[in-house]
Amino acid sequence: MSDASINASNIREDEAGFGDYFALLKPRVMSLVVFTAFVGLLASPVSVHPVIGFCAVLFIAIGGGASGALNMWWDADIDRVMKRTKGRPIPAGKVEEGEALSLGLALSGLSVIMLALATNVFAGAFLAFTIFFYVVIYTMWLKRATPQNIVIGGAAGAFPPVIGWIAATGTMSVEPWLMFALTFMWTPPHFWALALFMRSDYDDAGVPMLTVTHGRRATRVHILIYTVLLALLAVGTSFSGIGGPIYLAVAVVMNALFLAGAWKISRRNEDMSEEDNFKAERSFFKLSLLYLFLHFGAILAEALLKPYGLGGW
Amino acid sequence: MALRKDHELHKRRFGRNMGVGLLLAGFVVLVMVLTIVKVSQPGFQLPQVEAGQN
Repeated sequence: MSDASINASNIREDEAGFGDYFALLKPRVMSLVVFTAFVGLLASPVSVHPVIGFCAVLFIAIGGGASGALNMWWDADIDRVMKRTKGRPIPAGKVEEGEALSLGLALSGLSVIMLALATNVFAGAFLAFTIFFYVVIYTMWLKRATPQNIVIGGAAGAFPPVIGWIAATGTMSVEPWLMFALTFMWTPPHFWALALFMRSDYDDAGVPMLTVTHGRRATRVHILIYTVLLALLAVGTSFSGIGGPIYLAVAVVMNALFLAGAWKISRRNEDMSEEDNFKAERSFFKLSLLYLFLHFGAILAEALLKPYGLGGW
Repeated sequence: MALRKDHELHKRRFGRNMGVGLLLAGFVVLVMVLTIVKVSQPGFQLPQVEAGQN
């Protein structure tokens, strides 16, 4: 039996499903946004109604997802070239570029307005700035213009805990900026380790990654320098308003491991890495995921224990 | 090629439409719950213009 609702000439076998549109929002990045925004919200000294807190985290996550869709729209040309991104909905031919643009713009507007209504205008405005920063400043401008692209892009990914804090308090203070700095300083070693073992990907795409512009030796040294600075910052944060004994213990252990990993990477050359298929670089990348999760987890634990007189100093 | 009603494309479109429908329904419920919470907060006040008309 033929079906009048489908014009056979317009059938696309690879037509997008719901999951393909969801994939435009970069769910894995969104999970980081959700977690860090949630920690920023709960670490604040103000108690928030659970429904308002849920809405705040949800709309910050949607804003992050909207940035991801706009990033995929703009970067569709290089996503087609890189192995890591070839399977994304646009290069895979499932979603049109215009659809990603529409979805990104619509969700940006929705998330900013809803966050402002659910919490406060300051939080909404800060979310709008974050989307602008990630899409215009990072994706459109600096990503293809400077080898420091990852450092600058890291700032956009570091804003969610600040937005979470502002959503709860309506004001700014030093603690959310410590959480910002933690993610900001963590991003370069995390991505440069990835760039080391993804080898030709960024080169093929013409993205001026540090590995391409300054060489792989310089990237290894940069990883070590950023990791040392990150360790100082991470351990120093222990003695701030969001720190405490749990955070200090986590920071000391994780930064010792992270520094050891960075030191190892800095001492290796390409021959050694090729020989074991970048084992040290891959381990460092995996450790970096656990590193950030445990630091924010510790901040959360300190905040949750405070009402019982256990968290903090 | 004639298409049967249970073509894979139907399932995919149904899944997509169902997803959008559930999201919209969820959004409506969320806005309603959020509104109830906001107007139940201790510091809630009606805007001046509306309060003057009462």
